[in-house]
Amino acid sequence: MKQTIFIILLSLLSVAGFSQTVYITRSGQVSFFSKTPMENIDGINNEVTSLIDASKGEIVFAILVKSFRFEKALMEEHFNENYLESTKFPKATYQGKITNSSSINFTKDGSYPATVEGELTMHGIKQKQTATGTITVANGKISAVSTFTIKLADYKIEIPSLVADKVSETIEIRVNCKYEPKS
Amino acid sequence: MNRLQLITILTFFSLASFAQDDLMKMLDEETEKDKKPDYATATFKTTRLINGHSVENVAEGVLDFRISHRFGYISGGAYELWGLDEASMRLGLDYGLTNRWMIGVGRSTYQKQYDGFTKYKLLRQSSGTRSMPVTLSAIASIMYKSLKDENPDRENYVTSKLFYSGQLLIGRKFNESLSLQLMPTIIHYNLVQGANDPNDVFAIGAGGRMKLSKRVSLNLEYYYQLPDYKLPGTTNSLAIGVDIETGGHVFQLYCTNSTGMTERTYISETTGNFFEGDIRLGFTISRVFTVKKPKH
Repeated sequence: MKQTIFIILLSLLSVAGFSQTVYITRSGQVSFFSKTPMENIDGINNEVTSLIDASKGEIVFAILVKSFRFEKALMEEHFNENYLESTKFPKATYQGKITNSSSINFTKDGSYPATVEGELTMHGIKQKQTATGTITVANGKISAVSTFTIKLADYKIEIPSLVADKVSETIEIRVNCKYEPKS
Repeated sequence: MNRLQLITILTFFSLASFAQDDLMKMLDEETEKDKKPDYATATFKTTRLINGHSVENVAEGVLDFRISHRFGYISGGAYELWGLDEASMRLGLDYGLTNRWMIGVGRSTYQKQYDGFTKYKLLRQSSGTRSMPVTLSAIASIMYKSLKDENPDRENYVTSKLFYSGQLLIGRKFNESLSLQLMPTIIHYNLVQGANDPNDVFAIGAGGRMKLSKRVSLNLEYYYQLPDYKLPGTTNSLAIGVDIETGGHVFQLYCTNSTGMTERTYISETTGNFFEGDIRLGFTISRVFTVKKPKH
């Protein structure tokens, strides 16, 4: 009986121990780029919260839509009011799994290519989204960078014909986050 | 002993369940900590409701060039092409010193008037970690009528052709489509025509907008002058119009019984009766230029 309890306790302890392998950032950077011959539009968000669970190879992001900053105030207003409808859909989230996490050693300094499969939710719509990037480990800290593209139509973000030549249908998303171990 | 074991196990269970918590749930907890006040944005499409100001400001470093026209009375009939033969206009430049403080100057053909104003956002409507039900703005403006003196033989003072106005704007965005605003106003005349005319005109304005689509809204604006503090022969200003937004431009198309486009000329010196056909078609084109790029 005592042995059983001991085993249970040990296994529970090990599970509890896993929580140590979570890394966090609250000031991650996500930016997007819309390029057309008429106008380039880019928005940058420096307040992205993201977590990586190294043991499970999971990665999640939460982005406050209203925290994107633009070159022109009117772009920001239109982005929030007309395109992303940030009052109705204040947050964008991503939940993914690092498919090759077994080949990444989160405790050893180095640069590892990574592929993430998961779901991106924004403008109230959830879509499968795969991204490739690089995970770099240095002195117990992790940084993750990735670039991928999305189609606005997939997220039911409509572009009126009047500005169709100023807003690109495909948007490039860049992610740049520096994580620290979560205490 | 048994009880002790049970407690120990329970403790570890609770710990374990914490560790197994979904990463997504952990993310929710983290973002909960970061919550900031959620300020209402885009209560109105532009800085003017129709004739008068809205609680909106131009952003810091943004220059807004505004061209406004008023045609003649529709009641002029076919002979006047329903007012289109006659036009009065104002050219204006507004600039945002900060996101809450803007200034502007303008020149109207009507009475060859110059005007300047300063507008400051005192309170911002917000929800979330800080709750404020309304946006409150204060505006002070000065107007100078540069028409030649009516009576050049007597001694005329420059100050006799100066007018001042002060306004408070209390606005609230009720939801995505409906925003309403109240505008208590005082207009001061250094010189009035009649001995019994008040030097201070008091009015209270009310207005709002209703979005018809994402880029088009229906606007209404009315200024009620307090009967004991108004100039004789004047009527209350009423305006109804639409805002149409197209990228960097906002077009405002409206009908109003007012001729002038400054506080003095539309609030306290409107003479047309809207319901007897004294209606002017009017429009404003607003074009914004980002003069100074915001810092990230």
